[in-house]
Order: sequence, then structure tokens, then C-alpha cells
Amino acid sequence: MADIKQLEAFVQQVRRDILRMVHKVNSGHPGGSLGCTEFFVALYQEVMTHHPKFEMDGKNEDLFFLSNGHISPVFYSVLARSGYFPVEELNTFRLIDSRLQGHPTTHEGLPGIRVASGSLGQGLSVAIGAALAKKLNNDPRTVFALMGDGELQEGQNWEALMYAAANKVDNLIATVDLNGKQIDGATDQVLPMGNLKHKFQAFGWTVLDLEEGNKMATVISCLKEAQSLLGQGKPVAILMRTEMGNGVDFMMHTHAWHGKAPNDEQLADALSQNPVTLGDY
Amino acid sequence: MQTYTNQGSKDTRSGFGAGLAELGRTNANVVALCADLIGSLKMDEFIAENPDRFFQVGIAEANMMGLAAGLTIGGKIPFTGTFANFSTGRVYDQIRQSIAYSDKNVKICASHAGITLGEDGATHQILEDIGLMKMLPGMTVINPCDFNQTKAATIAIADHQGPVYLRFGRPKVPNFTSIDTTPFEIGKGIQLTAGTDVTIVATGHLVWEALEAAKSLAEEGIAAEVINIHTIKPLDTEIILNSVSKTGCIVTAEEHNFLGGLGESVARTLSTLLPTPQEFVATQDTFGESGTPAQLMKKYGIDRDAIQAKAKQVIQRKS
Repeated sequence: MADIKQLEAFVQQVRRDILRMVHKVNSGHPGGSLGCTEFFVALYQEVMTHHPKFEMDGKNEDLFFLSNGHISPVFYSVLARSGYFPVEELNTFRLIDSRLQGHPTTHEGLPGIRVASGSLGQGLSVAIGAALAKKLNNDPRTVFALMGDGELQEGQNWEALMYAAANKVDNLIATVDLNGKQIDGATDQVLPMGNLKHKFQAFGWTVLDLEEGNKMATVISCLKEAQSLLGQGKPVAILMRTEMGNGVDFMMHTHAWHGKAPNDEQLADALSQNPVTLGDY
Repeated sequence: MQTYTNQGSKDTRSGFGAGLAELGRTNANVVALCADLIGSLKMDEFIAENPDRFFQVGIAEANMMGLAAGLTIGGKIPFTGTFANFSTGRVYDQIRQSIAYSDKNVKICASHAGITLGEDGATHQILEDIGLMKMLPGMTVINPCDFNQTKAATIAIADHQGPVYLRFGRPKVPNFTSIDTTPFEIGKGIQLTAGTDVTIVATGHLVWEALEAAKSLAEEGIAAEVINIHTIKPLDTEIILNSVSKTGCIVTAEEHNFLGGLGESVARTLSTLLPTPQEFVATQDTFGESGTPAQLMKKYGIDRDAIQAKAKQVIQRKS
């Protein structure tokens, strides 16, 4: 296992990337990206077996699908810093002629992306399909997916949850980013979803609670626990509590930074809270 | 005039079933998904022979489209099966993002298309699906005319890399094409009769109606050139331009709304390359209703009589 301190330094650099990317184009989604940074770094730097020399079919490697595609900044930063494409390309985020579209897509051929996402609620179904293909191919690796909590208001997720359990898709780990916030406010105010743990369990999933989704050691241990529960006839869900805007004090405890970029002053403040570790792009 | 013989009426959906069964035996990567309509889509034979390559998804079409997109990652060639309405309008955004924009090799196979679904009525009779699908960048749209051609098209699309919308129907219609004499080729129209007075371009169930109309027109001394356009996108513009350069006028015939269908694709082609008088045999921006297929085709003006009348009308418009 990699040194936790090293992974935390990696996280800090990814935070800088996220902030600088959205600041440059004055658009994008920093809040959810910062909230999921530990998760992405844990997946790509510690948990998944994967090959940065990208092949779409991903045979004999673990696959990851991002359903809440608006948190593309964290995805792009972690992919680049994991070797999928040059980190300098982060400079092109959301610019014309870029492979780093506002929401992730295969359309421009960016290595590491296997399906377009952004229109919410579709990623879990795609992940299940990829998991079924792995079973048909006798491929023992795992499929990972991440969804937002607000995104669970989309009905397709519940079709997918029902299908995966009924068909024993037990090579799948789906994580929900429980940050409790969506564009119009708290999920409990916009459309309360009740007890998600009970709902997932009632749908037939094995459910793990990850209370500290912004603590690297616990994120890794929870993902590893999830891996240990695979192959037992049930898909595995992780309900991961995170803090939107984590690592930047003024972006935390609010939904204001869901889809808003910092200005020059705010960027300087945010970066000063996250000094350079691996080197800026 | 070349004539065609009905070898015995069959439903085009059975052509799909037969093609899928053959693919099950010849292509190990082909997998099939269905949203609770196995019998209607005639998928039984494939399922019996390849139980491990079939996925029953229940009444959950959105999830089905996502599963299909995911199954392509790892090299599978998924064929989804449900009614045309639930294959398109119900899941437009899933197809748009997870399949078309993501360039996934999914074959969306849609039965009970158009008004000839009959008694179930307008909730199930989609007349907008060709338009919805042809507007998606990268989507191939195919509407074969009989059992033999639907079987051949089903087999052909497995070898085509990229998303395909394959549209077929419920009623038994004359089976008259021969893949021995005219092999199925995606994007290649088939001239069925030769004529110099009017071009009739038809797709799907309307191809046989066009042949019947051509017979009646011949009795009136009018020589109609009937072209079977099974692939609406990409459109075989060459065969259409060659024909109208001889005939000087055209009728398009389809079981679809005149907005968004084959007729509009032909009109766009002609207006830019060879402006030509055109009449449309299609439904007129309306929903359908319950009735027998024959009653509905007559009432909504998409049968041989309508084609014959429009042919005479468009000939009058030639300058």
C-alpha cells in the first residue's frame, strides 16, 4: 500500500488542479470535485488495477464509470496525473477544440473515458453492462461506478439497482457521493430521498457506510472491504459521506460552489490553503 | 414492367427473429436484450440457443439502453428489442448520450413501428421514430420492407461498426424480395421497377404498396420507377438523383409522419442538388388510432391508392 502521506499530497495537488481549471475558464464544478478527490485518488492510485495505456475494452483491468459527469475536473486531473494523458492538457479544460469537454466524453478520444456522462442517471446502467461483459468474457476484474446523491432522484438508477441485484451482478462496486447537496439546495429540501441505506438494502445490495469520505485511509479501507465482498451474489454499494468543497474553507458547508468558479482573489486564497506538492501543470 | 411475387405473407419482426437466431450461431459477440417483449420481438429462438447471451431487463427500457452501451465495452455487439415507441421516444436521452454520443456499437431493434401496429392505438403507434433517430449524429437508420430483407438487414448490421436503428413491424405483409438477386447492403437503395414518368421512393411496408401502385399506374400507361430505400440514413442519394433525372418528379412513401421522415431527407437532397417536384405519402402531423392495419393505412393516406393518386398529381406538376 502506498504511503498515506504521499496519497494526501497527491490529493492536495489535484485540488489545486481543480481550482485552477475552473478558474481559468470561469466555469465548471469545483464543489463536488473537491468533495470526491480522496475517492478518485484512492481508486486510481491504490485500489484499481488499471492501465493508463488506454484501451476502450479494458479487458482484465478494473473499470471506472463516472455517472455525475459534472465533476469532470477531478476526473481529468486524476486521469492525467495517473498517466492517461499529459497534465499540460488540463490547461485546455472547457476550451474550444479540447478533449477535456465540460462533461466527460469519448467523442474526442480522451484516454480514460469510456462513456459520455453529464445528463444524469445513466452511468450505473452502463457500469452494469460493462460488468456483464466482464462476466461473459470470464474477466475477473471489477467495475466501479460513482453517482451523486441528488442524481439518485433520476428513476433510471432504480431500474439499474433492481436489475443488478436481481441478476447477481457481484463484480460491481457503486459508490454514492453523499454530500447532501444539489443545485437548488440541500437534497433533504429539494427532494428528500429517505433512508438510502435501507432502500439499497431493500433492492438487494450489500451496503457499506463510509462516514469519512474525505479521509484517505478510511476511503481506501472501505473500498478494499467492498472488494472483499465481491463474488457473493450481490452488487456492493458504498454510501460515502463527503463535504462538498472539501479542502477549501470557504467552499465547504454550502452548495454555493456546485457550479461556480472562484475569482482571482478567491483562487489565491484557496491555493494558499493547498500548497504545491507534485508541481502545477 | 418487372413484377414481384408474394412468396407468402410474413411479419417483418419474424425476419428480425430469424436473423438474430442466425447471428447467434455465427457471431459469438452478439448478445441480445429485451424489455419484456420476447414473443412480440420473436427472440425466442436466439434465447433458446444462447441463454447466456440474453438479458431480460424487464419493463425498464432506459436501463436496457445503458446496459447495452456498457456491454459494448469488452467487445459485445448488443441487440436491444422492444416496440419502436419504447426504443426511441421513451429513451431518447439514453440513446443520445450513452450510445450515439459515446459511439457505442449498439443495435436498437424496434418492432411494431408505425400505424400498422393496429388495434393498440396511438400510444403504441410511433410515427416520429425515423425523425428522432436520423437526427442523432452517427446513427444509421434502416427500415426494411419484408421478412427476407429484415432478416438480411439484421445480419448485416452486426458487421457494421456503430449504432444502428433497425425498424420493423407487426403485421404480416407480402414477402417478395430475394437476397440472392439483390444482396442487402446498408446505404444502398434497390431499384425494383424501371420507368420514365415518375419515381416512387418507398421504405418499409410501403414498398409493396408502391409496387402495387406501379402496377395500377402501368395499366393507365404511366411508367413508374419504384426504388426501395431500406436505409434512410445514410441515404442513397445517387440512386434517387439518377432516377429523377430521368423521370423529373418523385413520390416518397413511408409509414411515418411527413415531418422528419424519408420524404424530408429526399426533399433536402433534391432541393440542394436537383430541385424536383415531390409529393409525400406519409401521415400528416397526426397521431394514429385503433383499427386494423388496412383500415388505418387507408384512413391515414399511406396505401397503394394514395401512392397512385400522388404519382398522378406530381406528374401534373412537371414543367
